[in-house]
Amino acid sequence: MKPQVVKNYQFPQSKEQMPFGPGSEAGVLIEINSGWRNLRPVINQEKCTRCLICWLLCPDGVISKDTPQLEIDYDFCKGCGLCAYECPRKTIVMEKEG
Amino acid sequence: MEKKHFLSGDEAVAFAVKLCRPHVIAAYPITPQTVIVEKISEFVASGEMDCQYLHVESEHSAMAACMGASLMGSRTFTATSSQGLLYMCEMLHYVSGSRYPIVMVNANRTIAAPWNIFGDHRDSLSQRDSGWIQFYVENAQEALDVTIQAYKIAEDPKVSLPVMINLDGYVLTHTYELVDVPPQELVDQFLPAFQTTNKLDFEKPKSLSFSAPPEWQTEFRFQQFEAMEIAKEVINQVDKEFGRVFGRTYGGLIHEYCCRDADYVLVAMGSVAGTARIVVDQLRAKGKKVGLVKLRSYRPFPKEYFQDLGQRVQAVGVIDRDISFGYEGAVYSDVKAALYRPGAQVKTVNFIAGLSGRDITKENLAQMYEPLEALALGEKVSEIQFTGLRWT
Repeated sequence: MKPQVVKNYQFPQSKEQMPFGPGSEAGVLIEINSGWRNLRPVINQEKCTRCLICWLLCPDGVISKDTPQLEIDYDFCKGCGLCAYECPRKTIVMEKEG
Repeated sequence: MEKKHFLSGDEAVAFAVKLCRPHVIAAYPITPQTVIVEKISEFVASGEMDCQYLHVESEHSAMAACMGASLMGSRTFTATSSQGLLYMCEMLHYVSGSRYPIVMVNANRTIAAPWNIFGDHRDSLSQRDSGWIQFYVENAQEALDVTIQAYKIAEDPKVSLPVMINLDGYVLTHTYELVDVPPQELVDQFLPAFQTTNKLDFEKPKSLSFSAPPEWQTEFRFQQFEAMEIAKEVINQVDKEFGRVFGRTYGGLIHEYCCRDADYVLVAMGSVAGTARIVVDQLRAKGKKVGLVKLRSYRPFPKEYFQDLGQRVQAVGVIDRDISFGYEGAVYSDVKAALYRPGAQVKTVNFIAGLSGRDITKENLAQMYEPLEALALGEKVSEIQFTGLRWT
């Protein structure tokens, strides 16, 4: 499932609104996080057999298997290339970001 | 009914920990602390204590384990000394920055090199800025009582900071005295179960000890600063409440002896305060107006107290069982900074003494009052004096 970015996230406006120490509700994403990627993994859907090795190994969990074809969430993929390296049929290619 | 036991300082701490009913103990041995976790392991083995006793692989892991347990809402305990304290240094900051009320006893021991297992304060004072509350105790009874107080202070929601209780290696850890061990019912009444406000929870998942960017780091540091300021008041209140329940009080942040009309006073931390009181009595019998300030809480530091003291005495000597090379004793720096307010005429001198377990004798202490008297009379003395140094 694609993570939802909370639009218009309200940062604390006063001392009272500050979280107590560095701890707060988990799973709150306030911005997309993929700006440092210079290579993007692209799946050749015709060759892909849905073996799910990439889905299992992706360190950021950005590959979705809930759709008929595997989908990569480029909002959160950091472009590490692990999926392409591990893909047994080499159906994932790292392409240069524009 | 309180029961008297013949206990070493380490054993007194173990009895206190048992009475506080912690859920998780992380144990890694190091001299002269080992007897504490050894005695606790006996309590656990015999069924007298019901808790998870973790044999961890290092002091760093001990503190990490305590932090993990604390964020699940467990009351935790660990103990260490010297090199062990330094090894867990990174985790000390994690725990205080994340605001987990862990209680730890540090059996004071010097730091290598030269290697030595005996006591001074160089280990704990090197962790001054780790964000932990630091107590220094004088005897086994105070070690037991302050351990019980420490949980109440640490777990106060307004404070929520970790507490390190410092116990002089060997002089306190391995010497025996009669100790009043309070009954469990009284301790239960004084110290209710730990209620965390910052818990890992399956129903309401939280992200804990997260990173804070430059835009937010200062606000979290201000929270820690404020909590320490609040702790000053809480430490005094808890000591008074302890007195009402158990009949013993220690004065909170500091304990004064014969200071009301004193011309010159010594400031000391830990076990040497007991010896110094005898010396004060002897000098008072000779008509000298001397006093003693036992500094109990090094962090938070009783700044306001020393600001006031600087207005009413003529000379203050500070005993440091440590030295900050390139400057002076660490306690002296703090005391001096608080004493000297605009207009203060007080004179000061620093005694570097009791390093690596060297005894601070009654004669040493009596001699420390001599330069203080000279200062009070307007004479000059050297500011930093090494007690008992063979040659310069």
